[in-house]
Amino acid sequence: MEFVLLIFLPIVAALFVPLLFKRLKGIHTGWFVLVVPIALFVFYLGFISTTMDGGYATSELQWIPSLGISFVSYIDGLSLLFSLLITGIGALVVLYSIFYLDKDREQLNNFYVYLLIFMSAMLGVVQSDNVISLYLFWELTSISSFLLIGYWYTRDRSRFGALKSMMITVFGGLMMLGGFVLLGIMGDTYSIRELIANSATLVEHEFFTLALILVLLGAFTKSAQFPFYIWLPDAMEAPTPVSAYLHSATMVKAGIYLVARFTPIFAVSEVWVWLVTGIGLLTLFWGSFFAVKQTDLKAILAFSTVSQLGLIMSLLGAGAVAYHADDAIFKFAAFAAIFHLINHATFKGSLFMIAGIVDHETGTRDIRKLGGLMSIMPVSFTVAFIGSMSMAGLPPFNGFLSKEMFLQSMLAIRHFELYNFATWGIIFPVVAWIASVFTFVYSFYFVFKTFAGQRKSEPLPQTPHEAPVGMLISPVLLATLVVGIFFIPNLIGKWLVKPAVMAVQPDLYNHPSEVAVHVAAWHGFDSPALWMTIAVVGVGAVLYLTMNKWQKLYDIQPQYLSLNALYDSTMMFGESGMNRLSRFYMTGLIRTYLLYMFAFIVAITTATLFIKEAFVVDMDSFSPVTLYGIMTAIILVIAVVMILLAKTRLAAIIALGAVGYSVALFFVIFKAPDLALTQLVIETVSVALFLLAFKHLPSLKNHGETTRNKLGNAVIAVGVGVTVALVALSAHSQKLIPSISQYYKDTVATEAGGGNIVNVILVDYRGFDTLFEIAVLSIAGIGVLGMIRLRLARKEGKDENK
Amino acid sequence: MKTNDVILQTATKVVFFIIFLFSIHIFFAGHYTPGGGFVGGLLTTGAIVLLLLAFDLKTVQKALPFNFTIVTGIGLLLALGTAAGSIFFNVPFFTHAFDDFTLPLFGTTSLHTAMIFDAGVYLVVVGAAITMIQTIGGDA
Repeated sequence: MEFVLLIFLPIVAALFVPLLFKRLKGIHTGWFVLVVPIALFVFYLGFISTTMDGGYATSELQWIPSLGISFVSYIDGLSLLFSLLITGIGALVVLYSIFYLDKDREQLNNFYVYLLIFMSAMLGVVQSDNVISLYLFWELTSISSFLLIGYWYTRDRSRFGALKSMMITVFGGLMMLGGFVLLGIMGDTYSIRELIANSATLVEHEFFTLALILVLLGAFTKSAQFPFYIWLPDAMEAPTPVSAYLHSATMVKAGIYLVARFTPIFAVSEVWVWLVTGIGLLTLFWGSFFAVKQTDLKAILAFSTVSQLGLIMSLLGAGAVAYHADDAIFKFAAFAAIFHLINHATFKGSLFMIAGIVDHETGTRDIRKLGGLMSIMPVSFTVAFIGSMSMAGLPPFNGFLSKEMFLQSMLAIRHFELYNFATWGIIFPVVAWIASVFTFVYSFYFVFKTFAGQRKSEPLPQTPHEAPVGMLISPVLLATLVVGIFFIPNLIGKWLVKPAVMAVQPDLYNHPSEVAVHVAAWHGFDSPALWMTIAVVGVGAVLYLTMNKWQKLYDIQPQYLSLNALYDSTMMFGESGMNRLSRFYMTGLIRTYLLYMFAFIVAITTATLFIKEAFVVDMDSFSPVTLYGIMTAIILVIAVVMILLAKTRLAAIIALGAVGYSVALFFVIFKAPDLALTQLVIETVSVALFLLAFKHLPSLKNHGETTRNKLGNAVIAVGVGVTVALVALSAHSQKLIPSISQYYKDTVATEAGGGNIVNVILVDYRGFDTLFEIAVLSIAGIGVLGMIRLRLARKEGKDENK
Repeated sequence: MKTNDVILQTATKVVFFIIFLFSIHIFFAGHYTPGGGFVGGLLTTGAIVLLLLAFDLKTVQKALPFNFTIVTGIGLLLALGTAAGSIFFNVPFFTHAFDDFTLPLFGTTSLHTAMIFDAGVYLVVVGAAITMIQTIGGDA
């Protein structure tokens, strides 16, 4: 069994979802969907034994082997960790969604189809060894998340959020594709493993830094780093299970994955270290600072996700330093990054689910209206408390462990004596500390303003009560993990983190056991990170208690100076500017468009023909002109003239038919029976079609063409005719290479087992062409159906109104 | 307006089957002699158009009770499925296979996965063309 196929399992399962939804109304579709992530999770668990020894597994599916593009599933420590997160959290989210989304009111078929597509795409991203297939899956995550964010598509905000996230992430994706192509040119391969193996030679290439920046743009947009984070808060318009899944545990981490995966290639560059660490830290600070300003529960979590992603990013940057300085602490940073990634997935997943529960049971997410829910929703409160305290970095929760490691790494980076880190490096621990204070504040803000204190006097939209048991299973499980990981961090470290670290820094280790990190909750009183944490708690507590006094600070920044305003105005300008541009040349007359097109063809083709001195006429190789040929040509000309002179539409249609039939006759004369047959039938069917629509066509009349107009048309017509004739003559007169038809003649029987070249080309040699052609044909058919049915329906609607 | 085209209608009843059988023949012969799914589909379309001209839309719909949009869909799926099927044999997308088989009645016959693909083309052509003609004609 090729396990690469398992990537596509969710998509295949998605095919059955609409069927299950329609046929089995009584059962929530989610129960069927739940099977998929659980099965995959169990399957991927089996790889732990492989990756623990530093091994990997690959499985290949050929796609375009001639271009070196294929689907290669490459499972090492890093991809396994992500695959487990995707399927594990995926299973919990699906379970949660079964209780969150009502089976009678929601369009579950849409929801689960999108979710499953997303799951496949994510698995593809993290397992692809080929950058081109990685890009493909990458964009598929953008598209499926667009659909999921816009799931409630009747709401304006949903559509706006979906579009915004798509614009930003697809922009980054395209940049990233550019980076990948450059890497492919530099390393002469699209395989990530081979690129890593060649990384020493890549550095010297002149495109290296450009490729680095392009790839980073992709990672930063996806992972919502500053200044691209603005899409993430708007993406919160999605249903809560989606937010928990895409926007905390998986999709946004694709950027983290990308940075981790490409660290061995780019880490030797100074730009990489500075950018990844710097932007990460800036994002950490920015997100935590603005999280306190938010009033919507999900918005707080969105900003906190932004900030936590920045934290992981900066740790990866510090981990890249290990390539420059042989210092254990920087290897340690990579461990901290991966470890925090797992921790963040657990606590943020549970927090999002709690936010959803609060919304579901009280009818609002506005933190100003909430409060005092502790006694009504004790289980939810406990989970929220555990998650928040972990987020704030307090013991005994897993966030504490990785937060300590983060502070240690940031403290260490100022001792790094290269690329100005020795002087500027002091910024890193300072910013990290300030950001931690705000993280502490918003964690407390989130949990205590919602659950503690007094109930507000105005009643909530719904009478609050504890969520049903099914809805609580997933967050409780995640919260258990949060506590569990704190007590057994080294088991997780051995199974998951160390193999992943080895994948991030493959050159530094030969075996995962060489990753010499032992996680301990207690480092003794001389640990500076401990004192930093104590200071965070002290200052954070003061800030939290005095929040009402200083929250006004946020109003200082005017709205029109924000990044969101920049995005909005860019979009507005883009729209109006493009409108003006297209109105400039779009006259609404097909005549004008044809004129543009033909004029360009004539100008460009004839110019090239003469500039390149390609025009040659070689009379020797012409076929003999037969009597039939001359006669058919005469008929053709007469028919064409008849079209021009026709006074009625019927006459024009018949003359047009005559033109078609004469062309078919030409095909017969020149021994192309296939073409002749097709042409004849097409001509018959299209004349019949014309006649069908005939009744509705206006009678042939003068369209207000002036003589000048007609003259212009004549010039263009003659020009096109002459151009085509010139090209045909030149093409026929000079044959630089032997005609390809000989190749087809030789191989058609052996390669494709056929006899008719035309048909074999259609279905075999150029099957892709045909496939897309029939796709176009189908779209055209559905288009006609849509336009006419729609118009009819609208007409009927009007009649009823009367 | 009710017309009475006895000669046209009677002739059509016979001619329709001749054209239809010919289109089937052309479809199967396509791999070795002129023809194939595209032309075959068009010929079938032509035959149906003839029916439409001789009778009216409703009668034809009753005689051929297919939803042609779905025919298009089935055709597309068939074509795509043939192309994608190769994935399961771990060969590149769109790799065809063929071999000779001894079948009852037919004797030794060369069978080709390209034929399934071509059948998809055939169905799409018929489906899309008739969908267009029916909707445009039905608008009257």
